[in-house]
Amino acid sequence: MSPVLEVTGLRTHFHTRAGVVKAVDGVSFKLEQGEIMGLVGESGSGKTVTGFSLLGLVDPPGRIVEGSVRLNGTELVGMSERDLRRRRGREISMVFQDPIATLNPMFTVGQQMRMALESHGSISGRAAAARSEELLTMVGIPSPRARLRAYPHEFSGGMRQRVAIAIALLHRPSVIVADEPTTALDVSIQAQILATMRTLATETGTSLIWISHDLAVVSSLATRLAVMYAGRVVEEGPTADILRRPRHPYTQGLIASLPAMAEPGAPLTQIPGTTPSLLSLPPGCPFAPRCPRATAACAAEPVLTRDGTRAVACFHPAEPA
Amino acid sequence: MTYLTIDHVSRHFAPHLTLGEKIAARLGADVETRAVQAVTDVSVTVPRGRTLGLVGESGCGKSTLGRVISGILPPSTGTVLLDGKPVMTGGNKTTTRVQMVFQDPFASLDPRMKVGEAVAEGPVAHGLTTRAKARDYVAGWFARVGLDPALADRYPHQFSGGQRQRIAIARALAMQPDLLICDEPVASLDVSIQAQIINLFLDLRRDLGLTCVFISHDLSVVRHVCDRMAVMYLGRIVEEGATETVFNDPAHPYTRSLLASVPELVLDADDLVQFVPIEGEVPSPHAPPPGCHFNPRCPFAKDICRTEKPPLKPLTADRFAACHFAEEILAGAAT
Repeated sequence: MSPVLEVTGLRTHFHTRAGVVKAVDGVSFKLEQGEIMGLVGESGSGKTVTGFSLLGLVDPPGRIVEGSVRLNGTELVGMSERDLRRRRGREISMVFQDPIATLNPMFTVGQQMRMALESHGSISGRAAAARSEELLTMVGIPSPRARLRAYPHEFSGGMRQRVAIAIALLHRPSVIVADEPTTALDVSIQAQILATMRTLATETGTSLIWISHDLAVVSSLATRLAVMYAGRVVEEGPTADILRRPRHPYTQGLIASLPAMAEPGAPLTQIPGTTPSLLSLPPGCPFAPRCPRATAACAAEPVLTRDGTRAVACFHPAEPA
Repeated sequence: MTYLTIDHVSRHFAPHLTLGEKIAARLGADVETRAVQAVTDVSVTVPRGRTLGLVGESGCGKSTLGRVISGILPPSTGTVLLDGKPVMTGGNKTTTRVQMVFQDPFASLDPRMKVGEAVAEGPVAHGLTTRAKARDYVAGWFARVGLDPALADRYPHQFSGGQRQRIAIARALAMQPDLLICDEPVASLDVSIQAQIINLFLDLRRDLGLTCVFISHDLSVVRHVCDRMAVMYLGRIVEEGATETVFNDPAHPYTRSLLASVPELVLDADDLVQFVPIEGEVPSPHAPPPGCHFNPRCPFAKDICRTEKPPLKPLTADRFAACHFAEEILAGAAT
């Protein structure tokens, strides 16, 4: 079966006065139907810009300079804004971190859902209301019919995020890109949303890209992980395998530095140094300056190399199990 | 030996109404006139050299309690004692022995003040050092928190988030406090930086013998750094005890659900983790439910929970819980 989404060699650069920021610099992955993939990385790793690039939402001075994004076989890079608009929301949609900024405070939730429906073809008011109500029920909003008449400020943070998810699902898209959708929420609400998302992905067959800095959150949802560092995917593979036996030294460091990995009160394993500035990346492997296994070979840039179900971009990866 | 005593502390916030709002409220308009009970009747003690974790979700009152302990906010009722002496008397702060580290190192440092000056300001004002010796004094603390002392002449925007949090810690410790209150000190940092700051905190706490109150919503961090923890819900402590005891066998239904909601890295299972989310949401602090505040979301709630507030009572030697059925829950007999 051909993948729903296929990203090859994607490069998104920002041409600023200070220089070229290579926010995404060679990202490739495939997403199968109904699959949930986690995109993990720290601030500045390029995970959010990757998500935005998939929908063609990168604003100047940012630009996709190279690569291909194929959605259901159609190339999205280089497509006209008009054609992109026809696909956004219908074939691929996005859920953002901050639901307050996503929803328009001036319109009721029902009006906004109806506008989203009308933007891809005419629909009667009654049909729009029925579909909206169906979606609100699906994402777990109590008394959905009454809530259609409510304004965004009348919802709590968790409920607002549910509304945003319902809107993203309105047109049964093949892919949803979710950018840190639970980061602003409390843990008990986050657990509710994670449980809902997992059920929805299974029921609707929608593929999901879940962008997050939190390994634990991603690992509880995604069956496959892609770990990003300095604009590149450094490791990719089945979640359980990566967590149990990370191969890239960065992934190893990231997992080892979690407090849950150490005895209470014992020092945590730390990755030395800080994430590099994307303006002045060293040539070769971007992780080399912080890497315990770096050698002279790391002055060249490692390529993401596939070995069975796993891929790693490192000259000295740990052996797989 | 008890160092910090929090004795029946409550703190409420009444809305400041303008004349217009008061008139509108009198005429029946929808103006919020009720006070928010941010912290209600909290009593807890921390022995010298120990760390108490305060955990809970947004709006549970953990940050307000932290501010009351530090003396930033006076309590509405109750007292906070340090070594037997009150932190506040008659609204005046009497001690500099409490210092605080805040969540956002971008907001807690003055952008127009060199970081070295920011660290020196307090100690000079309180006579811990002189203006002439301030530079060396600051350099010593910079080295202590793992920063190059030569960076003291820079401004906050020239530092990364992790470095800023180190500066904030240096500023707090330069006051030579006995009690350090950390309000979500690592919440805004990346995972790899978070580990560096936690390690720094563990080192400094040990070397300086600090007593700490560590406020966090991240339960794995709390488990790592705290000897005891208090779980708060809508302004009340619902469970308090030795960290490992609470984690391994929570007695309060809220603690149980909270721990079950935390996504964990599971390394030995091929299947994804199953969540058991808590039903519903935290009620408005303007009108908390009567009886036990957790009763509308509690799977074990009975009639008594809807009418009678459960007191925080000792269960075992090192644990307290505010639940009518805590013993049954611990014994696995609750329904």
